[in-house]
Amino acid sequence: MLRVENLHVSVEGTAIIKGLNLTINRGEIHVIMGRNGAGKSTLANVVMGHPAYEITEGSIFFQGQPLEELAVFERARAGMFLSFQYPAVIPGVQVGTFLKKSVASVRDEPPKGRAFRKELTEAMSQLEMDKSFLSRYVNDGFSGGEKKRLEILQMLLLKPSLALLDETDSGLDIDALRIVSKGINQIAPAAGCLIITHYQRLLDHVKPHFVHAMIDGTIVKTGGPELALELEERGYDWLDVAA
Amino acid sequence: MSDEALEAVGDYRYGFHDPENSTIRFDKGLSEQVVRDISALKDEPQWMTDLRVKAYRHFEARAMPDWGNCNLLDSINFENITYFLRSSDKTEKDWDNVPDDIKNTFNRLGIPEAEQKWLGGVTAQYESEAVYHSIREDLEEQGVIFLDMDTGLKTHPELVKKFFGTVIPHSDNKFSALNTAVWSGGSFIYVPKNVEVEMPVQAYFRINAKNMGQFERTLIIVDEGSTLHYVEGCTAPSYSTDSLHSAVVELIAMEGAKIRYSTVQNWSSNVYNLVTKRAVAYKNATVEWVDGNIGSKLTMKYPSVLLKGEGAHAEVISVAYAGEGQHQDTGAKVHHLAPNTTSNILSKSISKKGGRSSYRGMLQVMPKATGCRSKVVCDALILDDSSRSDTYPTMEIGNATADLEHEASVSKVSSDQLFYLMSRGFSEAEAMGLIVNGFFEPFTRELPMEYAVELNKLLELEMEGSIG
Repeated sequence: MLRVENLHVSVEGTAIIKGLNLTINRGEIHVIMGRNGAGKSTLANVVMGHPAYEITEGSIFFQGQPLEELAVFERARAGMFLSFQYPAVIPGVQVGTFLKKSVASVRDEPPKGRAFRKELTEAMSQLEMDKSFLSRYVNDGFSGGEKKRLEILQMLLLKPSLALLDETDSGLDIDALRIVSKGINQIAPAAGCLIITHYQRLLDHVKPHFVHAMIDGTIVKTGGPELALELEERGYDWLDVAA
Repeated sequence: MSDEALEAVGDYRYGFHDPENSTIRFDKGLSEQVVRDISALKDEPQWMTDLRVKAYRHFEARAMPDWGNCNLLDSINFENITYFLRSSDKTEKDWDNVPDDIKNTFNRLGIPEAEQKWLGGVTAQYESEAVYHSIREDLEEQGVIFLDMDTGLKTHPELVKKFFGTVIPHSDNKFSALNTAVWSGGSFIYVPKNVEVEMPVQAYFRINAKNMGQFERTLIIVDEGSTLHYVEGCTAPSYSTDSLHSAVVELIAMEGAKIRYSTVQNWSSNVYNLVTKRAVAYKNATVEWVDGNIGSKLTMKYPSVLLKGEGAHAEVISVAYAGEGQHQDTGAKVHHLAPNTTSNILSKSISKKGGRSSYRGMLQVMPKATGCRSKVVCDALILDDSSRSDTYPTMEIGNATADLEHEASVSKVSSDQLFYLMSRGFSEAEAMGLIVNGFFEPFTRELPMEYAVELNKLLELEMEGSIG
């Protein structure tokens, strides 16, 4: 699904990711944990194709294809999805219109009219979102939790084969965390998932296959769910030494 | 931001033109004789001829405005313009009788289709005069008068004489003088007391010939307790030489009346659009200008409302889009002349590829107009570094009881917004189109749906290259 080989990434001349390797297969849930500034969000953004990040060395492959050949929207159409840590506000564009157009451009056979509305209603009730969301402007005046729910709603509708979730759990209360996790678990069996988080608590709801500790632009340790517990308990200093 | 994305916004689709077939065409250039000839041709009453001549003399004597885009204004060659062109011998009530070329043009513009679906009446002006005009029978039965201005003057001379030029005198400015001198076409509407005109009536203005001057004159009187929604659209072929559109629009809203006047101006980028629009609102009346300026080379237009009666309300919602080689100098003027009058002004502009948009506003509260409230919001969106946006607000507040708010913002499309939308499958051009449509949304939601859809289409990539 996703293969990252010896990846080096810079932003405005500053190296952020320094030789990172990662392979994610279909049906696998990977978690990346690390301190602020370790390069976690950079990884998610560079995989999605953010123009501010420059790949100085190494490659990323998605379904065997080198990603540098694909524009951001082509990555989305190929089945990649990024749940943003800070989703952008698009004033004047209603959520309903936005979702419909987005689904139409990403899915090969987008559902029409009534079928789309049915799917939308189901996904929204699953995420305990009120219908009034649809007539609001995209992320405009949304609380942190509402923004994250809208991200997950988009993920459910776009049905990605690779989902990158950048701190989707940050700032969520217990109920919202449960609801968001439900969304992740729903797409996980048919997709590869990369979850970036600071907290182990999300993992009470979502069971990862692999947990990676990231320090200074590279993965220094990989383990199972128990690593997440250990990182939360012990912090990252012991890994600095190990690295 | 890529060039492709910039190209996608505001592509002009109405630049096609018909062969120039005319039944009467004046030689280019302006003189008192031209003014007299127009009046004679229309067989007008003497007072109108006299008014035209007086206005012409004022136009000749009056200097060009020393504000706005002076360079462009000074480059207008009044001698290289055709002031009158009749393309069809009469105004038809049936599209089948309109000459084929002209009918096809209006078909391509979707006018007959819109008429059937959602309009109460239509007037279609081609060059100097209306070629088609109709009104629904039920409106006629209720006493609503909806005519082209020439016919209005012929059939209701007293009513026209009573109100013509009372809101915008010929001496108001150089271009109102020009219009008064050479006016032709436009709409004349009278809605009698307590009649609610539910379906909008529409006027569509098309310039076809090169170097054409179009000078329609519109006068709308809505009597006590009545409502009217008037919609106008306009397009022209793209030529390398300039045309001039200089209209005068006068609205009169009697006590408790409500007028909404919606415009989607989409002239090709060789048209000078210099228009004077003003309304008078009497006690508890409401006047709304919904004004979209997408096309033209230079537009100078500031829809105004004189709030003359207590409790009257003005609403001016405008958008301007200035692309390559375009200057949209637009805005609003509201004069609070009576107590407890209220107004809202919302102006939104977008500039790209060197285009310039200017907001020019006037808010005046007279000393005796106590208890007035007004809110002015101006937002500008600039799509690249070569484009420009200016704001020239003026406030004259004559008493301390006024409650006023003014907000202004200038923003750019952020790379975060583009990345977010592209990560959802939108190409850069589509993303830009969405952002632009969203920015204009407070305007488009006030338009009849068909116009809103049309405006959004204009601004979206999907339509690129699909002319007609």
